[in-house]
Formats: sequence, structure tokens, C-alpha cells
Amino acid sequence: MSDTGSSNGKQKSKVHPSGDDRYVALDRTMKRFHNEKDALLEVLHSAQETFGYLSEELLFYISNHLHVPLSQVYGVATFYHLFTFEPQGKHNCIVCTGTACHVKGSSEIVEKMSAVLSIPVGKTTEDGLFSLSTARCLGCCGLAPVAVINGEIQGKATPETIAKKVGLILADEMVVQDQEEAG
Amino acid sequence: MSRDKLDQIAEKEQARQSQFDKRVHCCISTACLSAGAGRTIQTLRDSVDAAPTGDEVEVVQTGCMGLCSRGPLVRVQEKSGEEVYYADVDSECAEELVAKTVSWDQAEAKQQELSPELQAVRDRLETARKKRSLKKHILSPDLPFFTKQFKVVLRDVGYVDPEKLEDYLAHGGYEALHKVLTEMSPEQVCDEMLRSGLRGRGGAGFPTGLKWGFVRREESDVKYVVVNGDEGDPGAYMDRTVMEDNPHQVLEGMMIAAYAVGANHGYFYIRAEYPIAVDRIRGAIRAARRHGILGKSVLGTDFSYNADVRIGAGAFVCGEETALMHSIEGKRGVPRMRPPYPSTSGLWGKPTVINNVETLASVPAIIKNGADWYAQIGTEKSKGTKVFALAGQLTNTGLIEVPMGITLREIVYEIGGDVPGDAEFKAAQTGGPSGGCIPNTHMDTPVDYESLQELGSIMGSGGLVIIDSTTSMPEFARFFMDFCVDESCGKCVPCRVGTVQIRTLLDKIIDGRGEPEDLDDLEVLCQLVRSTSLCGLGQSTPNPVLSTLRFFRQEYEALIPSSV
Repeated sequence: MSDTGSSNGKQKSKVHPSGDDRYVALDRTMKRFHNEKDALLEVLHSAQETFGYLSEELLFYISNHLHVPLSQVYGVATFYHLFTFEPQGKHNCIVCTGTACHVKGSSEIVEKMSAVLSIPVGKTTEDGLFSLSTARCLGCCGLAPVAVINGEIQGKATPETIAKKVGLILADEMVVQDQEEAG
Repeated sequence: MSRDKLDQIAEKEQARQSQFDKRVHCCISTACLSAGAGRTIQTLRDSVDAAPTGDEVEVVQTGCMGLCSRGPLVRVQEKSGEEVYYADVDSECAEELVAKTVSWDQAEAKQQELSPELQAVRDRLETARKKRSLKKHILSPDLPFFTKQFKVVLRDVGYVDPEKLEDYLAHGGYEALHKVLTEMSPEQVCDEMLRSGLRGRGGAGFPTGLKWGFVRREESDVKYVVVNGDEGDPGAYMDRTVMEDNPHQVLEGMMIAAYAVGANHGYFYIRAEYPIAVDRIRGAIRAARRHGILGKSVLGTDFSYNADVRIGAGAFVCGEETALMHSIEGKRGVPRMRPPYPSTSGLWGKPTVINNVETLASVPAIIKNGADWYAQIGTEKSKGTKVFALAGQLTNTGLIEVPMGITLREIVYEIGGDVPGDAEFKAAQTGGPSGGCIPNTHMDTPVDYESLQELGSIMGSGGLVIIDSTTSMPEFARFFMDFCVDESCGKCVPCRVGTVQIRTLLDKIIDGRGEPEDLDDLEVLCQLVRSTSLCGLGQSTPNPVLSTLRFFRQEYEALIPSSV
């Protein structure tokens, strides 16, 4: 990054000492909270949003900058379900397992998707294409059962409709891969 | 900014709105959006542009209109105030709707020059005029779904544009705040809330006026107000809807609370699963700052107030007030012993008021209409209205607001329109993982805090999930126990270990390995967890098991081989 930006002084000054520009956004969040210890949760949010997941390196970095012991950073990060410590797939499918979705058969959707993708809930396919997870309640109970594919809510879902949507995305990926190989 | 200037903005917006012959409201809340409201609103806009008419028509995006299972929902409002609701409005229906509601004027058509795209829309509208399917989409205003409701909290939800402060002002927004700042002392505000009988809508039902009074009497240079928007109960989305669809209403309630207790700073704690609610509340805070509603000298008075947003990270226990405060402080969201209560030692050790979203959203209406008006709604001990998220095996699912004291029968059979298909109603589950299941034999119970508690359930935050005869109750109880095992914070032993043991017993029974004494053991274990857990989460964890054991014991017994 630093090489390409060398002709432009303004851009160069933005390059982070770590060599990874994503840290700029993280630094900005910490600065906004004056590196206060209390901002730990906000900083973890920002880190996950920017990097996709919380690596060990990131937890070290945050611990150093907020002067919070690493054990505490780790303790807080692991307490909350939202934080993840593994890279996530390119696409994701979240099945809601709230009460309304449960009584309308969400567990069948989870089973079907787990079989289609050959992964358990909470994991990512080996090729890094798809992550499968469940949510406690997405608050769309009027449309139960509900799943979210790449951020788009699918209401009144069935195992078949969701498998079909995911199948289409995977098929598109295959086409892209074939083209890349051919090209 | 002074009150006069806000009045001017409100009048200008009212005048702007009244110039339209028709206003077409299209719900763009999460449920309708996922049913295709994005396409619907675009079609409505294109059709209004293409229709040959002299009518002035505005297409407005609004929040939830309630009947989520029939979305996308559209409402046409005439100049006279008359309204018609349409359900299941897809693009085709949207075209027919516009073609038939605007006055069709061929002379106008000749004057208009249309782009090729709009000409195509015009042609489709011509065809749509001849169709006869629109009637099927009309929702009669006489439906019990509408007539049985009484709206206080949701009054403007579905009418105001949540991203427009002007619209909130045009609906009388911030009048209540102005009233308390200029006409009432903090003490009077607390008394007014106490007289209104408003109780905490998060589930516990503590009198709001009493809570405010405690904090008001604390002597401290710093006090806080916290809005609990960590709506964790699966099956509940009342607070999400209010925050998304009328964020200023919550902010106004929060500011009235702040004035009443003497706080100058506050936090919204919103769960991360609600990104739109986070955006809208942040937007409302920015707009309020710009207009001098937040900041130094609020509405030109010497009261100053600021608010921030903190986002949760997926922990159910953070809905518990002491856990929530730890989370705002950037720590693990574990509860602590009370006392001291947050009213004496809350955020960073300072006196703090924590109120649920719905509680605070009720406040502006109470101030505006008076405590006596509010106190006449509902029952003797439970005043006012309650918002429920109606879900599960029902014909009409969605968001409703009903006066306290209404019976479950009215909610399920009249508003909800009964269980669809051949299946039969089995139970109503209230209060999420902390609540219980109410069987058909108790359907005439009035909905209020005490009656539900007597049945071993709780009012909870307002999730109401209907279960039909296809659901097995022991499995349903296990579903909630799974939830509690995952969500137990691990601080106290009864909850951490007890929930796992309860689940193990349930597994054993459901797998057909149960013994007759297991049911008694299960009950003893549940009572133990209930009486010895540290916080409200742990204490209420056994409720789903205990209430299903009480009303559906025969289902458990049927699973135990030796007892058959």
C-alpha cells in the first residue's frame, strides 16, 4: 500500500505504522473515546466491523492501546455472542431460532442447511464461501420462520426455499471460479 | 431553539401535508420490507408520477402498521382524514391501487409528456383500471384486529416518517417536554407519573413514578438515565418497532425522565441485532441536537441534556439492569447483588434511572393528556395499555396495543383470528424464556401483571406466542431451557449448573428414559434454581418448565415408560 501511495503525500500520511490501513478506522474509534477503558465494547465492535473477526493480534493491539489487561479484553470479547474469533465466509446464512420461528419449524431449516453445506452451525465451509449460524430472535416474528441470507431477510421460509437461495449463490460462485480458471 | 421556532416548523409541515389530496402511506418496517415493500413503494411512486390526474398525491414511507403477516401494508389517507388499509400489496396490486384511487383525467393525460419508462407504467395503469382484484386487498376497519386495539404508545407509529423530525413535530412532538420544562417542577412530574399508575413495561412492573422519585431524592452532582433497548426475549419486537418507527417519542420520554430526576446525561442501550433501530435513534439524536432540543438550554430553558447510544453484543442477560450497566461500562455483562439498587448506585456508581423503551414511549402521552386520563385505562392495579408482539400459529400475527385487562381469549380469537388450518389452540406463551404457557382453560384471564403471575407466567416485555396442538410441551420447555443454558452468565451456581441439570432431566424424559420420580426431581430442582439464583434471569428460568408441568403434566407422564 505504501508504495502505491508514495506519490501522494496526503495518502501516504494515512498509512498505518502496522502496514495495515484497517487499523486507521480502529484508531479513530479509540481516539473518539479518548482511549477510555470503558469504551472496550465499542472498540471491539469497531474492530470486528473492520476486520470481520477478532484475531489474537487485534486483541493484543486493543489491550495495549486501552491499557486493559489482555485477560480482560479476552474475557469481555468471549462473553458476548456477537464476537467471533474465526474468519467468516464470503456469504452467510443466519437462521432465526426464536420462539415464533421455533414453533413454525426453524429447526428443520437449520438441519437442511447444515446438510446442504456439510457444516455444523457456527462453522464456515472449507472453501471459505459460506458460514452458517443461528440467531436468538431477529424480531421478525410476524413472518416466522425467518432466515437471513447475506443481510436479506427471507420471511415465511421453508427448508426448500432457503436451500434453493443458497444453492443459487453457490452456483454463481462456481461460474466465477470456472471463468477464473479458464481465464 | 425556542418553542416558537419549533411551532413554526410544525405548522409548516402540517400545511405542507394538508395540500395533498391523498397521502399514500407504505410501511417499510422490517417485516413488510422482507415481504417486498421496497418494490411496492417504488411502484407506488412511479404510478403516481405516470397517472393522468390532477390530484396532488404524496407517497410516504412509514413504520409498522401492525398486521405484519399481511404485508406489505399500504394506507390511503384522504384529505378528509378518511383512511383505507390495503394488505398484501405487491407491485401489481400497487398499480391497481393507484389507478383506482386517483381521479383519472384524460385532459391531464394529454398535457403530460412522459418518459418511455413512465409511458410503460401509464399503459399498465390503463390495464390495471379494468382489473377487479383490489377489493380482496382491502382490510375492513371493522376487523376486530383494529377495533379491539387502543393505541397510546403506537398512536403515531405507522403515521410519522421516522427519519423526519418535522413530521414528529407536526404530530405534536416535544410538546410534553416543553410542558414539563416550563410548567412543572421535577417533583410534580414524578407525582404525575405515580398518579398515572404507569408500571415498568420491561416485565417486572415496578411503578415508574416511584422509581423516578427515588432517583430524584438522591443527592448527587451526576445522575444518569438509561433506556433499556436490549429486547432479548425471543418472540418479542415491540421495542424494536417503537425505536425504529418513532425514535423521537422514546427520546422525548427519556428527556422528561431526565428532567424529573435531575439527570443531564443518558444512554440508549440497544441490542446489536437491531441495526436499523440504532441508526434511527442516532439520527433522532443528531436532529434533536441540530434543533436545540438536545444540548445546552433545551428548548430555550436552563435544562441541559445529552444522550449517547451504546450497542449490546448479543447477551440476553444484559436486559437485567445491573448487567446492562456493566455492559455500558465496557465490562462483561454480569449482574450483581441488589441492593444497592441503580437508583442509589448505578452507572459508574451514580444514581441512575433505567427504564424500558415502551415505558418511556408512554410518558409523552401521559404528560400531554394527564395522569387521570391514563389511569382510567386498564385495571385497578395495571393501568394503561400494553403492546404485544403476536406470533406463532395464528392467522393474524403482528404488533398490537391493547388496554390492560383485555382477556387472552379476545387477543387470540378476535384480534389474532384463531389458529389457522385444522390444528387447535393449545397454549399462549407469554414472557419469553422467563414466562410460562397458559392453556385454553384459562383463556378468560384478564391480561394484567398480577393475573399472569398467578398462572405461573409473567407479563414480560410483551412477546405472545401461540402454540397449536402440533407442539409437544416437554420439547417446548426444553427449547427454553436450551436458551437459558446458553444465556446463563455463569456467575452464580444455581443458574449455571441448575439449568444444565434441568436440561439433562428433560433430555432423559423426552428420550423415553425417564422414571416416575424424575418429574418430582424436576420440580424440586426448578424451585431451587428459582429461589437461590442471583438475578431475575436465573430466578425466572424454571418458569417454562414449571408452568408446562402444571398445565400439561400428562404429556410428561406419557413419556415415562414405567408410568404408562
